[in-house]
Amino acid sequence: MVKLFQHKNTLTEKHVKANKSADDRVPDGLIKKCPKCGHEIFANQLDQYATCPECDYGFRISAKKRSKWLLDDFEEWDSEISPSDPLHFPNYDQKIAKAKKASGLNEAVMTGLATIQGQQFALGIMDPTFIMGSLGQMTGEKLSRLFEKATEKKLPVVLFTASGGARMQEGILSLMQMAKVTNAVAKHSQAGLLYIVVLTDPTTGGVTASFANEGDIILAEPHAMVGFAGRRVIEQTIHEKLAADMQDAENVLKHGFIDHIVKRQDEKKTLAWLLQFGGENND
Amino acid sequence: MDIVKAARDEKHISGHEIRQRLFPDFFELHGDRLSGDDPAIVSGLATFHGQTVTVITTSRGHSLNERIQKHFGQPEPTGYRKACRLVKNAAKFHRPVILFVDTAGAYPGKSAEENGQGQAIAQNLLQIGQAKTPIITIMYGEGGSGGALALACGDEVWMMKNSIYSVLSPEGFASILWKDAKKAVQAADVMKLTPQDLLKFKVIEGIIDEPEDHQQVCDEIDDVLQKELKKLQSLSDTELLARRYERYRKF
Repeated sequence: MVKLFQHKNTLTEKHVKANKSADDRVPDGLIKKCPKCGHEIFANQLDQYATCPECDYGFRISAKKRSKWLLDDFEEWDSEISPSDPLHFPNYDQKIAKAKKASGLNEAVMTGLATIQGQQFALGIMDPTFIMGSLGQMTGEKLSRLFEKATEKKLPVVLFTASGGARMQEGILSLMQMAKVTNAVAKHSQAGLLYIVVLTDPTTGGVTASFANEGDIILAEPHAMVGFAGRRVIEQTIHEKLAADMQDAENVLKHGFIDHIVKRQDEKKTLAWLLQFGGENND
Repeated sequence: MDIVKAARDEKHISGHEIRQRLFPDFFELHGDRLSGDDPAIVSGLATFHGQTVTVITTSRGHSLNERIQKHFGQPEPTGYRKACRLVKNAAKFHRPVILFVDTAGAYPGKSAEENGQGQAIAQNLLQIGQAKTPIITIMYGEGGSGGALALACGDEVWMMKNSIYSVLSPEGFASILWKDAKKAVQAADVMKLTPQDLLKFKVIEGIIDEPEDHQQVCDEIDDVLQKELKKLQSLSDTELLARRYERYRKF
């Protein structure tokens, strides 16, 4: 074995000097870099799906943007529900105001009755632009109502997850949402109804450790980050650097926790096909 | 922060001691029947005032070697799966389940992550949450995050006077919110993680007194368990599960 190849590559990014003046000549936001493969794309060349043409990674998009290309029809539920502030947490109200403006939503998930190719189902889309899709008390409330209403109306549920995990500003009450939503999922499941999860970038923490892992079918977008513990925490615990793709959906699939990776462009037809197999309305 | 220190104090009662004093005929059942046996969870059968119960405790270990093996009481996916297997088996025989939890959280290791830590916790919430038998959890130190919730999703949760239960450790909380783990003291103040705070939020049913003498501590636990089990065992399965649904639905 040639020892040369066992050496770590010494030419790291650190050693390459950035040409700051070159950066200055490019207006902000003109070029988007894929965080997964590094491919550079002119922002105006990204289509409605906002995916990387090289590796199919789906950039983080708001729930409203996603619904535009995904759905044929949509009737929103509980849109007025807005975060509670149970701990009276300092500066939380400002954070909420900013999140509402960024996402056009009042909470980190948009829910409602959706139709794709003539098939009706209950839909939830978590929004990474709303405090990184974190799971607050009212996020959990909207999700619980989604599953309860779907059970009552005998509808399948499709849920797009995107979340940094529990919402720290709501403390223990945020943690309780994991159990609250899970119990609503269980009732829906006991009624013999289908629940499809689509894991999008990023799905982590308390969401991974609850309803994101309770679907009958679990799909994921290419290279979506899917994990429980944060990368930094793991590295500090085991004193070892993790491979860049350790928490990529592809690696999670390899370990047996995801059914199928689906490109954004194919999601609509895939869901339409899968929805035929669940829910009394679709028998 | 005093309560955080008290909850982490080496002198407070251990899972091992609780098993010895409250369940002298404890018989250990190992393994998740899938992939391994996580020593951070010690579980089995015991007699409690004339009836068989399933006992599940987190375990931090004593010697350094033990502690490393048990990841200082932080379970791996196989630990959660072992707990889940035992609860489901208890439900088959309508045998009450008593869980004792003192963990900083689920173990954040690479193999834990790749073996589905998130999936294991999710399945505990889903399956323990639906198990048709009375389930009581007692927090006797740290109750950290989803890793604690996965063992506290039944009918009642009680906390020892010197314990905490929170969405994340104060250090982790400070590091996420303020990018500075050293602000843990400040975090502990705003997090509302004391038993009194949690009782106010109805996250727990009650607080158990913790005298210095550990036998007295166990007597206090014994009283609470007897009283609460009697109450829960008088309910039908339907009533029990409806009550459990409401317990979490209110949050």
